[in-house]
Amino acid sequence: MDRPIRVLVAKPGLDGHDRGAKVIARSLRDAGMEVIYTGLRQTPEQIVAAAIQEDVDVVALSILSGAHNHLFPKVVNLLREEGVDDMLIIGGGVIPEDDIPFLIESGVESVFTPGTPTKDVVEFIKENLKR
Amino acid sequence: MNIEEKIKKGHKRTCARLITMLESNDNEAIEIIKSHYKSTGGAYVIGVTGPPGAGKSTLTDKLAKELLKQNKKIGIIAIDPTSPFSGGAILGDRIRMNDLSLNKNVFIRSMGTRGSLGGMSNATWGATKILDIFGYDYIFIETVGVGQSEVDIVKTADTVLMVMVPNLGDDIQAIKAGIMEIADVFAINKSDLDGADKTKVEVEMNLDLNEDMDYRPPVVKVSASKNEDIDVLLENILAHRKYLEDTKQLKENRIRNNKLELLKMVEEDLMSLILDRAVKDDLLDKLAKDITLKETDPYTAKETIIRLIRNNP
Ligand code: B12
Ligand SMILES: Nc1nc2c(ncn2[C@@H]2O[C@H](COP(=O)(O)OP(=O)(O)OP(=O)(O)O)[C@@H](O)[C@H]2O)c(=O)[nH]1
Ligand SMILES: [Mg+2]
Repeated sequence: MDRPIRVLVAKPGLDGHDRGAKVIARSLRDAGMEVIYTGLRQTPEQIVAAAIQEDVDVVALSILSGAHNHLFPKVVNLLREEGVDDMLIIGGGVIPEDDIPFLIESGVESVFTPGTPTKDVVEFIKENLKR
Repeated sequence: MNIEEKIKKGHKRTCARLITMLESNDNEAIEIIKSHYKSTGGAYVIGVTGPPGAGKSTLTDKLAKELLKQNKKIGIIAIDPTSPFSGGAILGDRIRMNDLSLNKNVFIRSMGTRGSLGGMSNATWGATKILDIFGYDYIFIETVGVGQSEVDIVKTADTVLMVMVPNLGDDIQAIKAGIMEIADVFAINKSDLDGADKTKVEVEMNLDLNEDMDYRPPVVKVSASKNEDIDVLLENILAHRKYLEDTKQLKENRIRNNKLELLKMVEEDLMSLILDRAVKDDLLDKLAKDITLKETDPYTAKETIIRLIRNNP
């Protein structure tokens, strides 16, 4: 049976900008995915716990506050510590071009900045699933 | 670690994966339920239902915290509707339960209804069994109370908690018919707002109409967001449990529920068996066309499909 792709959309840290995360959540739902939205102000630990219990295929992180260089790798590392290697991790938000190579190297597989059409996100997820 | 050790240790990732596997009818997960079925039954299942936005998730969060004080392990299955158009869903109940995520004695899983008519995911029953096997003492199932799901939740839950709010207006009339019979405990949530007493009176008056009840559902005013009277509500839920246990009704209800579940499982399998064959040969499409063109009639067409499995068991 073809089960829907499950995605955790999470906002780590104290960042209160949630419009982008909600836009992404809605467009993934409209593309037929099950989106678990955990709301604002999540610690990396909470995000990892939710990802594991929900057994998601994708962890999608949104940050506009500038804390991405710290928080994105933190989530990736905690997932690795839990032995998770079959979840696709992506990120987005207001992130300077210059920071993206570091984030990719840290294990975030793609970073989407303002203006990216949501259909690109949908396509990227479908093409890069790890299950 | 092998699977048995993981179950014994309550390894959450294994638990989560088994639920996923069961959602797709995976045989390995089914075998695990089969081989551990004898150890199930320890979990007590509380169904939480009520109109959208009544505070079901917030209340579940608070009730779980109350039970954690008694050193219980809590499983939560939160169900939200799947969009019939895209097949996708936004599952947002976790927003109200985030600080439970990290508790080692709590497991929360969100599910979409995935087109099951009953408002409850087909896999919900299986997920409760997995949580039961993993040693969770209480399992909450949150489902939006719209029509059929209320009937569905009775089939899975031992105690049904109906969450109402003040000023539902005509809604209380609309849902009254179905809910009076299925609710074991009423919570009037958002009692910090005006109108809670009026709603309580309305519910009590409806209960008065049923005179010959051995057990009368209590109606408890609470405020989930202000964390008020959650302990009283929990006491009432546990009192219902005790009533069911003392009167042996718990067992009778579970027999009834298992019968319904068994029927549903057989129905699903039969359906897919029939449809697999009918769809494979485009028979379904062909018959539908023939009915429209009046080359056959619906009854004869139905018999054609039924004969398919009668003749090829
Ligand atoms: C609207 C807005 C606000 C609103 C937020 C309302 C809300 N509930 O979201 C309000 C007014 C509250 C606000 C407050 C603040 N803001 Co402001 N805000 C903005 C603004 C103008 C637009 C953001 C927005 O909503 N865009 C629309 C959405 C749809 O786009 P998006 O979030 O970028 O998402 C898209 C992509 O980035 C991507 N995406 C985003 N997340 C994800 C995740 C995944 C997984 C994927 C795949 C894609 C993806 O896809 C989306 C769709 O294309 C931006 C500037 C800007 N142009 O970005 C500043 C901005 C983000 N804010 C900023 C600041 C500094 C603040 C404040 C600290 C200001 C202050 N000094 O008080 C506060 C902090 C609030 C808080 N608690 O965090 C700065 C951040 C600077 C930085 N990163 O270093 C910005 C960049 C403005 C600036 N140039 O200085 N803000
Ligand atoms: N005033 C007041 N608001 C409450 C109370 N309990 C919950 N709320 C608010 O009601 C809103 C809905 O709460 P939820 O717990 O998400 O309700 P729900 O019934 O789970 O909602 P759905 O799952 O979407 O049907 C939130 O904004 C809560 O903060 C309460 O006791 N009093
Ligand atoms: Mg809810």
